[in-house]
Amino acid sequence: MNLDTLLVGLAGILTAAAPVVIATIGETITERAGIVNLSVNGSIILSAMAGFVVAVSSHSLVLGFLAGAVVGAVVALIVAFSSITLKVSQVAVGFVLTLMTRDMAYFLGDPFMSVSGPIVPALPIPGLEKIPILGTLFFNQDITVYLSFLTIILAYVYIFKTRSGLVLQGIGERPAAAFVRGANVNLMRYVYTMIGGALVGLAGPIYSLNVKAGWKGTISGLDGIGWIVLAITIFGGWNPLRAALGAYLFAFLQWLGLVIQPSLPNVPSQVLQVAPFPLMILTLLLVNIGNAEWVEQTLARLPEETRRTAARVLRAMRTSPPASLGVPFDNE
Amino acid sequence: MENSKSRWLGIGLQVGAVLLALVFTSIILLIVNTPPIQAYITILRGVLIDNSGHIYQEGIANTLVAWIPLLLASSGALVTFAAGLWNIGIEGQVILGGIFTTWVLRLLQDSPMPAWFIILVGFAVGVIGGALWAALAGALKTYGGVNEIFGGLGLNFVATALNIWLIFGPWKRPGIASMSGTSPFPDRLWLPTLPGLRLSPWSLVIAAVAFAVVYILLNGTYFGLQIKAVGKNNKAAFLMGIPTSRYRMTAFLICGSFAGLAGAVQVIAVYHRLIPSISSGYGFLGLLVSMLVNYSPTWVPLVALFFAALNIGSIQLPIVLKVDSSLSGVIQGALVLSVLMVDGLRKRLVGRFAGGGQ
Repeated sequence: MNLDTLLVGLAGILTAAAPVVIATIGETITERAGIVNLSVNGSIILSAMAGFVVAVSSHSLVLGFLAGAVVGAVVALIVAFSSITLKVSQVAVGFVLTLMTRDMAYFLGDPFMSVSGPIVPALPIPGLEKIPILGTLFFNQDITVYLSFLTIILAYVYIFKTRSGLVLQGIGERPAAAFVRGANVNLMRYVYTMIGGALVGLAGPIYSLNVKAGWKGTISGLDGIGWIVLAITIFGGWNPLRAALGAYLFAFLQWLGLVIQPSLPNVPSQVLQVAPFPLMILTLLLVNIGNAEWVEQTLARLPEETRRTAARVLRAMRTSPPASLGVPFDNE
Repeated sequence: MENSKSRWLGIGLQVGAVLLALVFTSIILLIVNTPPIQAYITILRGVLIDNSGHIYQEGIANTLVAWIPLLLASSGALVTFAAGLWNIGIEGQVILGGIFTTWVLRLLQDSPMPAWFIILVGFAVGVIGGALWAALAGALKTYGGVNEIFGGLGLNFVATALNIWLIFGPWKRPGIASMSGTSPFPDRLWLPTLPGLRLSPWSLVIAAVAFAVVYILLNGTYFGLQIKAVGKNNKAAFLMGIPTSRYRMTAFLICGSFAGLAGAVQVIAVYHRLIPSISSGYGFLGLLVSMLVNYSPTWVPLVALFFAALNIGSIQLPIVLKVDSSLSGVIQGALVLSVLMVDGLRKRLVGRFAGGGQ
């Protein structure tokens, strides 16, 4: 493999990762506010279908992307209304929605099966694309990839460097304290859940109009991605930078699967496609195992030097959720 | 007075929830230019009435064929829900049940042992397969801190891949490997069915007994009481001396056993071989059934029957109305969602009444 093919491959990873990055950061924002939106998997499929159908019917990519974001935001609104106003279990509502929106996508998208649709055009950035290596990687992409870069930076700056970002952290960590300081906790949870949902919904058309262009119903290859997004949100420790890293790692492993597939002719392609899922379990095990009781007990029995090193490694991998994640807030 | 008032409110809201779901699915149908009434009639006819206007025996039988694994999955889900666990991995546990059963039947199919014995072993090994897969999710949760939703879900995908690999690889039909599955077992290993139908009375007995076991376990035993205590408040139960980890693992094992049994039924009684879609979504649907009845066993058989009928009736939709059969999933989801939301509304209203009265 020469440098050029490698570079094109890596640039392809950045393209493939764009929807995962955007959806993961969306879910990160939602969960930062203390709400779990478990509907991601179905939301992405439904918004992919909606975005594709709207783009095909209106001949407008922009409207397609807008439709995807609106679908994601509406699904998130149902999650927010059920869990914040009606205090229904967030997990239950999210789980039903993830199944229902998926079936809605298959049902409503049926007439548009295998219809040919528009594809997002490449958009090299003049001047910058000529830079060796970096140009091919970062500046000879399309608008969705630039959008994913922008989302990472904006989300990071917003959450950690602005005043309202601080309040966002507050309503997920200690909503009572944020409330006393004048934050309208439940209203903001509504807003952030919908913003997060809109970003998740944006991921749909990025698939159906770019990464996996077209709508093919149950074989669109989108089922499962949303669950990976939820897992990367945990892996990312609710930090946009680490979440993006997780998304790129995931896309890299998928690419690796495609590259090594020809050398394993006896393995059906479906098997390599699920390779991310055992890896998902493994990474969740790595980031969570430090919290398990038996691990602490085992560590305590180790000699001092080893114990310290092991504890440091575990701590570096460990992530912990916002303290009030999934807990309804009552301002009475 | 107050009590009967809030009961009427409850019933009124339940009816409202069903109407809400119906309105929602009707809108979905109108979006694709299909008259809703016609769609609902098509589903109903697909279960009950054949083309010449007679009682549709096959439709009814197929509904019961779908009801059996669904009731098994729902019964298992009741146990894990009682322990406060979201066993999303039921789907994969059904698959592993099917795989294990197929494995042992392949080993024994040419042996001189009596058929009933081989079938019995097939069921037992299927149960073990489902339980082992559930134990894996349980161990990840209990000893690895991995949320059972992600553990179970990941294991579902792994189970699907394992299934497909076996069907297209080591267990492929001689000559051709195809989506139609492995080679069928000799018919002495098929559970006897009613004449001309796919329904085996034996499977009905299995499902009924399994449900009865769960019903008694949850409502009539000390174990059921303790497992509910773990589900309600894990920490309090632990402080009261209940070994919570062990109870949760047991709940996983019981649920996995039922799921494995469902997989075994699909292999031995329905398909007589292993097929790629052996679990057909019954695991997820079983969770929805339990959620719809607010996790209490009494109405589970009836709701499961209704969901099974929706699945079977919807098969007619593409044939008669040229719309996709996934409508059944939309109806089921809309029902559960509106019931959940209306229940939240009821609690809010009752809370407001109580608050106002004080």
